[in-house]
Formats: sequence, structure tokens, C-alpha cells
Amino acid sequence: MKILVGIKRVIDYNVRIRVKSDASGVETDGVKMSINPFDEIALEEALRIREAGLAEEVIVVSLGGNECQQQLRTGLAMGADRAIQVDTAEDLQPLTIARTFLKVIEKEQPGLVLLGKQAIDGDNSQTAQMLAALWDRPQATFVSQMNMSGESVTVVREVDAGLETIEVDLPAVISVDLRLNEPRFVKLPDIMKAKRKPLEVIALDELGVAPENNLEVSKYSPPPVRAKGILVEDTAQLVTELKTRGLV
Amino acid sequence: MSKTLIIAEHDGSNLNPSTAKCASCAAAIGQDFDILVMGSSVNAIAEQAAAIDGAAGVTVVDAENLANPLAVNHAAEVVALAESYSHILGPSTTYGRDLMPRIAALLGVNQVSDISTVEGSHHFTRPIYAGNAIVDVHAPENVTVVATVRVASWKAAGNSGSAAIETRSASAPASANTRYVGLEAGGGERPDLQSAPRVVSAGRAMASEENFEMVYELADLIGAGVGASRAAVDAGYCPNDMQVGQTGKIIAPDLYIAFGISGAIQHITGIKDAGTIVAVNKDADAPIFEVADIGLVADLFTVIPEMKQLLS
Repeated sequence: MKILVGIKRVIDYNVRIRVKSDASGVETDGVKMSINPFDEIALEEALRIREAGLAEEVIVVSLGGNECQQQLRTGLAMGADRAIQVDTAEDLQPLTIARTFLKVIEKEQPGLVLLGKQAIDGDNSQTAQMLAALWDRPQATFVSQMNMSGESVTVVREVDAGLETIEVDLPAVISVDLRLNEPRFVKLPDIMKAKRKPLEVIALDELGVAPENNLEVSKYSPPPVRAKGILVEDTAQLVTELKTRGLV
Repeated sequence: MSKTLIIAEHDGSNLNPSTAKCASCAAAIGQDFDILVMGSSVNAIAEQAAAIDGAAGVTVVDAENLANPLAVNHAAEVVALAESYSHILGPSTTYGRDLMPRIAALLGVNQVSDISTVEGSHHFTRPIYAGNAIVDVHAPENVTVVATVRVASWKAAGNSGSAAIETRSASAPASANTRYVGLEAGGGERPDLQSAPRVVSAGRAMASEENFEMVYELADLIGAGVGASRAAVDAGYCPNDMQVGQTGKIIAPDLYIAFGISGAIQHITGIKDAGTIVAVNKDADAPIFEVADIGLVADLFTVIPEMKQLLS
């Protein structure tokens, strides 16, 4: 079985996001870029499944310009067998991303697709669900536990009401949550080895996918700032303050 | 044709408060809206939906395979009804986030996630980058708008309405390749985090599951829901459904009290819309104090027992 893992290049989660003064986007100059943390967890899970002997090959896929090869190389250094970059200069929206993944799936015929539950830039949380719908295969989102058993997989999903268990037949699309695993650290020799692993580049046009029904973003604004608060000296003052404001 | 459909969320016995919040968003869009209740034996829930102010009608699709919230089955029913609507809204809860993109893809449209404000029938604002930027989004006018509503941004609509209820049979067969196994509820009997007017929350500083007891006791004293930081959940001090933040629950209580939570950006994004934020932390430099309305630099193990005493 092959496992396909989606990897998105995003601003590192530790970077403080700043909206550009002309409202055209967020500041990316000189900003550290990383693999979307949820995608890293997806890749880690794929590697563990392969290491358990339940899959033969792990393929990492990213959509973007040449700069996303950096994240694909990190994925290869973590242990993926090969990488595919779908080359595009456009900032693609989830529907187009899902359609593009479907084209890659038709070519590679994976038994499992693992994606992050959301990207920490757009916070959309859409691609996995859209892909499952277009592929007409089961979806399991926000997954924090996975057990492969032959032709199906039992997953635990983190939902608002608690932990939900469902069983899906393979092939399936699974979007992963934070507590599924802790991704491994990349070792220096693996970074060297990753340079020799295959990285295929396919132009988006070659796949016959064109963006459609795009949402248009007209303006980026910084979030509203909360008014400066007060400091109290002790618990008694705190409780008095809460009572005065009618909060307790 | 300009009509909005709201996908109701429920647990089999009660309508989730997110539905009435979606109704407020639908009202802001400004056209008639219907509410769709999918499930098995959901008459009582349909009655609750019919009472939501402003609802034009309630459609019930009653089928055994819709009893559990599997997106694959629910999406098929929504798509079957989609033709009559210009907008389809669902909540930004895990139910809605699982379901709505599937509907959008089947209709061939992009989804607007997490609507915070409505600026026009196809013009919305939504947060990105964990709430560190707000974008103005315009959806194309010639296709269906599929969107999730950021429930923390909307007040629930009232419940003095009396919309007509219409029942339909299911349009699609149940999916054979996705099977529901069960739900292990985490939170227990405390007020629901996403609708509780007060929330008490704690972080890794609690140091153990046992120590969390005092947080529960304080919460019960003031009728509050209980939340936690990701660190506390990761450490196993409390269940996952208590996590507040970018990847957990986004909440907007009137009062939020954070004990021993440093205030990572990812946590702050989950509480930004709270009425009053109170922070208690030993570390005077903790970033949580930047957003706190009332701050107290002190040890939570001293403050919590004192608060319990003063409030009981």
C-alpha cells in the first residue's frame, strides 16, 4: 500500500503574524517558514504505519512554487520515500487543492491519504473533507488515534462532545489532530540522504486543474485590540472586582 | 431562490445552541431562512428548531442512518435539498467543520469558513492565522454560498417563533464504507463550554489530574464550564473536549478565568471574544496578562482555595 501525505508550507507557528500596512496580506519577508504542524503529524503517522510493515511507500505532496521543495525535503529527511511538487505560482483555495490531490491520487493509487486537520495560516479545515467527497471515499477528520486492520481502519476523532470512534474502509482520507503522535526530529545524516531521494515536479496545468469559484479576499486587517486591563493585589480584591462588575 | 438553509446540530435529544447562533448570522444575511434537522426520531428537536426566531420553516429528514452525525450521510441529504437555497450555513463546531466542506465540494464551490461578521449577502469577515488577521471575503454571486458560522461571534437568536415543520424521507442510501462505533463523552454534567456564560480554565501549572479537582469545585460554585490549555490536555490532566484555542474550542463567555495559563497565541485566539478575561499567573511576564481585563500575579494554589472561600 502507498500512503499519500499532504504538506503545506506555512509561516512557522512561533512567528508573530503582522498584517501589512497596505492591507494586502501578512508580512512574509524574512519570516521563518515550516511544514504545517498538523501535516508533520500526518507524515509521522504514515512513517509509523510503514515501519509497522502495513505500507510500502510514503509519498509527500505539496502544491506551490519551488520554495515548497524546502518543506518536501524536510519530509524526505523525516523518512518519506519520495516527493511530488505540483508547481503553481497561484495561492490555491481548498477546492482546487482537493481537485489537484485527486489527480495525483488517480496517478498514484494510494490506499490511504493523510492530511493535517487544518493549515495554521488559512485555518480553513476543508481540504480533507473536500477530497474525500470528490474521490467518493470515506473521510475521518480530527483523528487522534488510528488502528489499521486489513481493509479498514478504526479511528478515534476529537469532537466537541468527547472522543468519537468510527470505522472506515480503505482507501480513505484521514485528517489528523494534535494528539495522534509526536513527530520525530530530523537527524543531520537524514538531511544529507534526503537530497538524493526523488522529487518529481508536475505543472498544475499538466494535471488539467484550473481554479474555479474562488473566494476573493479584498482586505486584511489586524484584529481588534482589547482595552488595557488592571492588576489587582490579592484574591480578596479580585473577588470584589468580579462582584462589582456583576460577573459572579 | 434567495433563501438560506441552516444545518441544525443536535445530540439526539437536544438542539445544540450553535443552531440559534447560525440563525443570527442568517438574519444578518437578510433573507428568509429554513432549518434542516437530520436524524432519527427527532420530532422534539424539530420543535426546538421551529421556535427559533425568524425561521421560515423547518425541514426534517428522518432516517435511521442519520441518527449518528456521519458527514457522508448528512452531506448527501443536504445536497439533495441544495437547489432551493442560495446560502447553506452550518456551525463552526466539529460537526459543522466535518460536514460543510463535503457539501461545498459536492456542489463545486469553495467554502467560507468561520464567518465572524456579515457585510453583505456575499461579503463576510473571518479570522485567519489563529485570529491574528481578519480578512474580508467575497463569495461569487452566481453559485451557492456554503459557509460555517463562527459560533463565538454570534449571540443566539431568541426562541419565541413557531415555524411550520415539514418531514421528508431520506434521499440517499446510507454509506456502507463508513461505520459509526460510538462516543465517549468527556465533560460530564458541567455547562457546555461553547455556550456557558462563565468559564474557568487551567493550564499545565495544575501539575496533576487530582489538582484539577479544585478547578471543578470553583467552577461548580459559580456555575461555570471548565476549560483547559492544550498543555494540560496533552499532559493528561483533563479530557480533550475541554481544550480551548485555535485547535480546540473557540469560546466567548461573559467571564473567562485562566489559572496558570501562560497565554500562547493559539490559546488566546480561543478566548479573544470573551467579555471579561481574568488571568491568575505566578509569572508577571506571562503573555496572558496582555489580554487580561483583570490580572493577579499570584500562585493559583493559593488563589483558588481563597476564591472558593470568598465565593461560597
